[in-house]
This record gives sequence, structure tokens and C-alpha cells, in this order.
Amino acid sequence: MKSRGIKELGAGPVITFPGNSLSVKTGSWRSSRPVSLKENCIDCLFCWLYCPDMAVNVAGGKMQGFNYDYCKGCGICALECPGKKGRKAIAMQEEEKI
Amino acid sequence: MSVSLKLKDLSEKEVLLSSGHRMCAGCGAAIVVKMVLLAIDKPVVVCSPTGCLEVTTCISDYTSWKTPWIHSAFENAAATMSGVETMYRALKKKGRIDKEITFVVFAGDGGTYDIGFQSLSGAMERGHDMLYVCYDNNAYMNTGIQRSSATPFGAATTTTPAGSAIPGKMQHRKNIAMIMAAHDIPYVAQAAPSHYKDLMRKIQKAAAVKGPKFLNILSPCNRGWRSRIDDAITLSRLAVETCTWPLFEIENGETTITYKPKKKKPVEDFLKPQGRFAHFNKPENEWLLKKIQQKVDREWDNLIRAESAKGFYN
Repeated sequence: MKSRGIKELGAGPVITFPGNSLSVKTGSWRSSRPVSLKENCIDCLFCWLYCPDMAVNVAGGKMQGFNYDYCKGCGICALECPGKKGRKAIAMQEEEKI
Repeated sequence: MSVSLKLKDLSEKEVLLSSGHRMCAGCGAAIVVKMVLLAIDKPVVVCSPTGCLEVTTCISDYTSWKTPWIHSAFENAAATMSGVETMYRALKKKGRIDKEITFVVFAGDGGTYDIGFQSLSGAMERGHDMLYVCYDNNAYMNTGIQRSSATPFGAATTTTPAGSAIPGKMQHRKNIAMIMAAHDIPYVAQAAPSHYKDLMRKIQKAAAVKGPKFLNILSPCNRGWRSRIDDAITLSRLAVETCTWPLFEIENGETTITYKPKKKKPVEDFLKPQGRFAHFNKPENEWLLKKIQQKVDREWDNLIRAESAKGFYN
């Protein structure tokens, strides 16, 4: 392999692919997972707003379930979910029991 | 025109922090950064000093940022951003750039209250056009929960462990928002992620103002606060409802309280779910709670007085 000269090297530690941490699947950290119960969902999108891992899928203003590749299972979405008539639209389930 | 703050409209926007960052599950800082980036609609350039946010969003060859982002040393994020902003102004003068850009610093409380304080103070005094956002998680969480000058009175950390010698940290926290207001900058505010509309409105207001702006945002940390993994937003709400973390803004020296709880909750409600205050339950430590309540009441009264006097401190 030919080594690169000083003129061909980049300018120090620069990452040129914005958002390439997508290739790191942090979902493997999870011990319990949020499960969406769509019948109780009012599409308030609080789960999407409060998710620290950007792991809630939303399309056209409607909640579309979770991205389990990145969800770390913190459960903020389930706790903050207002649900319909007191019944939550997100339930936490232990990974082992799935 | 600033972006609409309806969640439906916001959800159409791209979040400029991507998944795959290695912040702990249930981290408050990630939520804060997400909200701040969603609220700004101009192109953003970000700088972060060393801290939780920096080490988790930029590990080796991977970055979670979809914006230009610079990592600076712990003590000089504000100085780094001053340089970037000055270069931008120079290029604009020469006609080589015509975009309107918002410059944002995301720093933790260590990089703001303690180590980064001199560069922050300098940048504010020089009047650089930047938005400095401090995500305040109350200690040096990145290196293992050491006390900082943002740690509240009585909290147990690894350098102020609660035991027979001391019942946690024995000093009160600094009031950084007032220190920043004393720099006579155009906009200073304090916000919390549980009140997201208030937070985003403050960010939009700040982004529209020319000059140095400072925002102090509460960022619950379940590892350091020894609380449940899912209660970041609940704790943030309790901090606001108990007036431990009042929401206010200071525009050109005039204080406005942006959220007044209908009934002020006792500070105990906020402290109880947190393991770092677990030693408060011991009978010999009852005085700690009283002292915290007194301090919270005094600061809240000060704020109300400042609001009615159209000033910022008395």
C-alpha cells in the first residue's frame, strides 16, 4: 500500500459523514421494550418528543411504533403516555418474556 | 418566521441529532438537545466542550450530529465559538458567505459553572452573537458524579458522600442565570424539558435576538440522581412545580416568570424520588430539608420581587 503524502491527508480529526452513528445499534442495551397498543393511542406524540434516542417512528403526525434498533428501553414514553380514558397506549415488556 | 410549536408540525422536521448516540437510557440531555435543535429553523453550527454530551455523541469515527460540530477543550467552548462567529462575520463582510447561521454551544454544568466559566464570561462581555445552552445535570456525571458548583445543597455525590462526616454537599448551588444577567446581555432564561413549549419558545426568542444569549436548562440524570430510569420528565416537572427550578426569562434586564405553579408543592416531593437525597430520611438530617425549603422560598420570593420591580436581582 502506498502511504499518503502530507497534501493528500485530511485536516486532522474530521468526520465527513453527518449522523453516521446510525450504524451503532444501541437497541442491544435494552432489558425491557415498549410495546405500542394502538387502540389507546391519541397521537399526542409525547412519546416522540420525549424519546432521548429518536426511536419513535412518526409519519404524517401519527405514531407508527418503535425503532427497536435504537430504543434503549428507558420507558420514558410509557410513563409520559397519557393514553385514552386512563388506559396507556404504551406498555413496557421484559425482553426475556418476549 | 419561526417554526410552529405544534408537535404534529415539529414531527415533520428532521431531528439534527441522530440515533445511535451512547447516552445512557433515559438521559435528559439528549431530550434537551433534541428540543433545542427542533426549535431553531436556521442552519446551526454547534460546539460542545468535554462532557457527557460530547463523549457520547462523538466516539472515534462516529458522530451523531447532522450539523457542523466542533469539540473543544473543557474550559473554552465559548472562546471557540467566539472565534467561529468572528470568522463568519469576516467572511460575510467579504461577501463569501450570505447564509444566516445560528451559533449554539451545548455545555454541561461543569463546562459552564466551573471550568468553562472564564471563557463564557469573556464571550458574553465581548458580545459575540451566540446562543449558549447549559444542560444542567447538577454534577460531573461523565466522570462519575463528582460535585460541581451546580450540585444542590445536601446532595450526595462521590466526592461529597453522605455519611457520618458530612450529610452530602454542604454548599448551595451557584445562581448562574443571575450571574449571566449581571453581564447585561440581551437574553437570559431558565427552562426545563417537561415544559417543552416554554423551552422551545425561549429558544426561538433567543435565536431571534442578536448578541450573546444564555439558557440554563435542567437535564435530569438517572445515574447521578440515583432515580428511576424512566422519570427524567417527571422529575423535571416536579422541579418546576416545587419552584426548585423556576422558569423565567430576563430580557434586557427585565425579569418575567414564565410559569407560576398554581400551588407550590413542598420541595420534599422533588427530593424523595432521588437516591442522592436518601439520607434526608434519617432523623438527624431533618434540618437539611428545612434549609433547602428556606433557600427555595427565598429565591422564589426574590424572583417575584424582581419581576414586579422590572429588574433582575435584589
